[in-house]
Amino acid sequence: MNRLSLKNLATRNETLVAVVIVAFCLLATFSDPLFLSVTTLTDLMRASVVIGILAVAAMMVLISGGIDVSFTAIAVFAMYSTTVLTLAVMPDMPWYFIFAISIGIGACLGAINGFFVVICRLPTLIVTLGTLSVFRGFLLTFIGSQRISALPPEMRGFSRMMIARGTTEAGSFYAIPWAVAALVIVVLLTLFILHKTMLGRSIFAIGGSLESARRIGINVRGAQFFVYCYVGALAGLAGIIHGAMGRMADPFSLVGLELSVIAAVVLGGARLIGGYGTLTGTLLGVSLIVLVENSLIVVGIPSTWQFVTIGLLILLGTGLPAWQAKRAAAKSA
Amino acid sequence: MSKHDDDTFIELKGIVKQYGGVTALDGVDFRVKTGEAICLAGENGSGKSTLIKILVGVEQPTSGQIFVDGKPYSHLNPRQAAASGISVIFQDFSLFSNLTVAENIAFATQLSGKKRLFDRGATRRIAQEALDRIGVDIDLDARVETIPVAHKQLVAICRGLASNARLIIMDEPTTALTGREVQALLGIIRKLKDSGIAVVFVSHKLAEVLEVCEEVFVLRNGKNVAEGPARDFNAASLTRHMTGRDVPEAKPPLNIDRAETLLVVNQLGKEGAFEDINFELKAGEVLGISGVLGSGRTSLAKALFGLVAPSKGSITLSGKNIPLGNPIAATQAGIGYVPEDRLTEGLFLTQSIIRNVSVGRFDHHRSGGFLDLTSLVDEARGWIEKLRIKAPDYDAEVKSLSGGNQQRVALARWLSQTPRVLVLNGPSVGVDVGSKADIHAIIRELADSGIGIVVISDDLPELLTTCGRILMMKDGRIDSIVMAGEMDEIELAAKLVS
Repeated sequence: MNRLSLKNLATRNETLVAVVIVAFCLLATFSDPLFLSVTTLTDLMRASVVIGILAVAAMMVLISGGIDVSFTAIAVFAMYSTTVLTLAVMPDMPWYFIFAISIGIGACLGAINGFFVVICRLPTLIVTLGTLSVFRGFLLTFIGSQRISALPPEMRGFSRMMIARGTTEAGSFYAIPWAVAALVIVVLLTLFILHKTMLGRSIFAIGGSLESARRIGINVRGAQFFVYCYVGALAGLAGIIHGAMGRMADPFSLVGLELSVIAAVVLGGARLIGGYGTLTGTLLGVSLIVLVENSLIVVGIPSTWQFVTIGLLILLGTGLPAWQAKRAAAKSA
Repeated sequence: MSKHDDDTFIELKGIVKQYGGVTALDGVDFRVKTGEAICLAGENGSGKSTLIKILVGVEQPTSGQIFVDGKPYSHLNPRQAAASGISVIFQDFSLFSNLTVAENIAFATQLSGKKRLFDRGATRRIAQEALDRIGVDIDLDARVETIPVAHKQLVAICRGLASNARLIIMDEPTTALTGREVQALLGIIRKLKDSGIAVVFVSHKLAEVLEVCEEVFVLRNGKNVAEGPARDFNAASLTRHMTGRDVPEAKPPLNIDRAETLLVVNQLGKEGAFEDINFELKAGEVLGISGVLGSGRTSLAKALFGLVAPSKGSITLSGKNIPLGNPIAATQAGIGYVPEDRLTEGLFLTQSIIRNVSVGRFDHHRSGGFLDLTSLVDEARGWIEKLRIKAPDYDAEVKSLSGGNQQRVALARWLSQTPRVLVLNGPSVGVDVGSKADIHAIIRELADSGIGIVVISDDLPELLTTCGRILMMKDGRIDSIVMAGEMDEIELAAKLVS
């Protein structure tokens, strides 16, 4: 009985978010019958790729009991410096090399976070707040602060690679870019790491209780270091996709997005205390945030209200289950 | 050098451990035989934790020798200790509350297998085997956060079994358990012994595990002070060895027949917790409330102080009605409450003694619009002296104090409010024997000074030494009222679980 209600609670965030998404879509369709279309769906899919990859990364840090706010700075750093490097060295580099460089740079920057967290044992929020500024400042000061719209041809090429494209019966154009596949791969890879490897289970264990993890002989430092490098690598990937899809390397973009990303993850049920988080929840959270950011206008709410809406969703989405848990606890006491 | 008996598993000889200039262990000998249960007794600070840390390889001895199966070592490292089959169950169990029972049991085993991939099937199999060995049934897929404390302990035991433990060391195993759960634990310990696994109990509350033990080792101030077959010890002699003195039992309560009636509880009830509760408390009386976990004793204790809102009935103090479910009103009326879990409910651990004592009463130290710091300090010093709190000074952090002294700080806070009724929930949980006797003496003194005291506890000797009457609760009702002196501990224990 007790277990059942707690089990409900665990899935509570996810069901709640799913219900809100469905309600939102119904509302949007009601006010604009064209909303429910392949075009909208593919547009939202495109918009979810970058934030989705970042959210998966942020979720992994939250599960391990830490928090990372520097991943947007890593993403933009990796994207911009990769573009500059490619243009300077070998503009015709194939897109997968460009991606690999960006992922590598991201992983190295993540390793810097890992160094401070694992070796110096500093609190993760403080470390990543610091590196957020440092990475961004270093990028703007030493690498460049000009927007680059003449991207390497292969990067532009990537943004034109489509899984499917076409025109709906209503005559509107739609397309699913290959970038969506990157999100799918990231989700599958993370799913595998978290649930099918001892490393992943160790990350959950560390988030559950750091001290106990040490006592039973889990390689805590190794796992934590991996988490920060992995987050860096995913940020590098998200960054380069962002640049390619936007067809511009803008050193001022992305930073500022980190709180929306963490909001999406928390909406999906990951807990800030660590040890809890699901990919389903995270993806639902991302969908909701993207939906609100892109389609609020459809239901007649001015777009300036989207921050308020996101804030309310967070308060409701995380506050309601917490409140219910408290009531249940008070009742059973 | 040592004569190696075939069945001696681990032997420590002349272990010395110094931290800086402090000698924690001074030539300690210790021995564990296969399939034997041992009590390692000692008060806080006696060196028993240090000895355990050396056994599991977390600390290295300054000098002395360790024999595992007759093989000498100057020290063990954690990996060697684990490989030799030494496993510790810490007081907090070291479990992962976010993971399933199966994963908690099998995690360490899987890790030592050097596997990279997580094998869910093997995890469940390992966990099920371990559970079968001690003959208990716990849902493998339940998250540990959802199972009761007694089950968490079993999961921790199974974790040791799963990694082929030959010696399981249990740190304060009975603190969180009710009487009935302790009995169930002892049954499991017997099974472990039968299958050749040795068990070491580390505790300062050993009387209840004495019956399953073969040997007793007592440490005091880092030295062996007594050892021998368990049948030569009883609760009193253990206490004497641990404290080095005879702890006087508190005197039976005074005659209070003519005293003023302070608290009257009338028809108090709360759905699903307790029902039909009636009792009176006189000035100077110490009233015990007991019952197994889930009998409603804790809810009732909280209700007296307004932390739980009863749905019917009334509480009056000296004829004045106290609003239900309102702790502030209860405080103002003169009721004090010292919670069971002082660490999370009662004290601000990282704050100083003075702040812990004076919190909530800054009004009394007002001078103009400012705090009168001198009067704060005088008060804190007064209580440190009165309650014999062992602390460097009034600004010491509470978490740096021992359990007994922390409990005294919690008491000091309420006593400084000059309460007329004091509700003590588990006053000596997690407190060592010496401090416990002191706390009982303090309870006596307080009662003599005219305060009415309610003690909620499942520590039967404690109830029998401090209380005049004991209300036995069962399924949320007062099952019977026992007068102290009419029953001994064994009869009372039988009544508790009947």
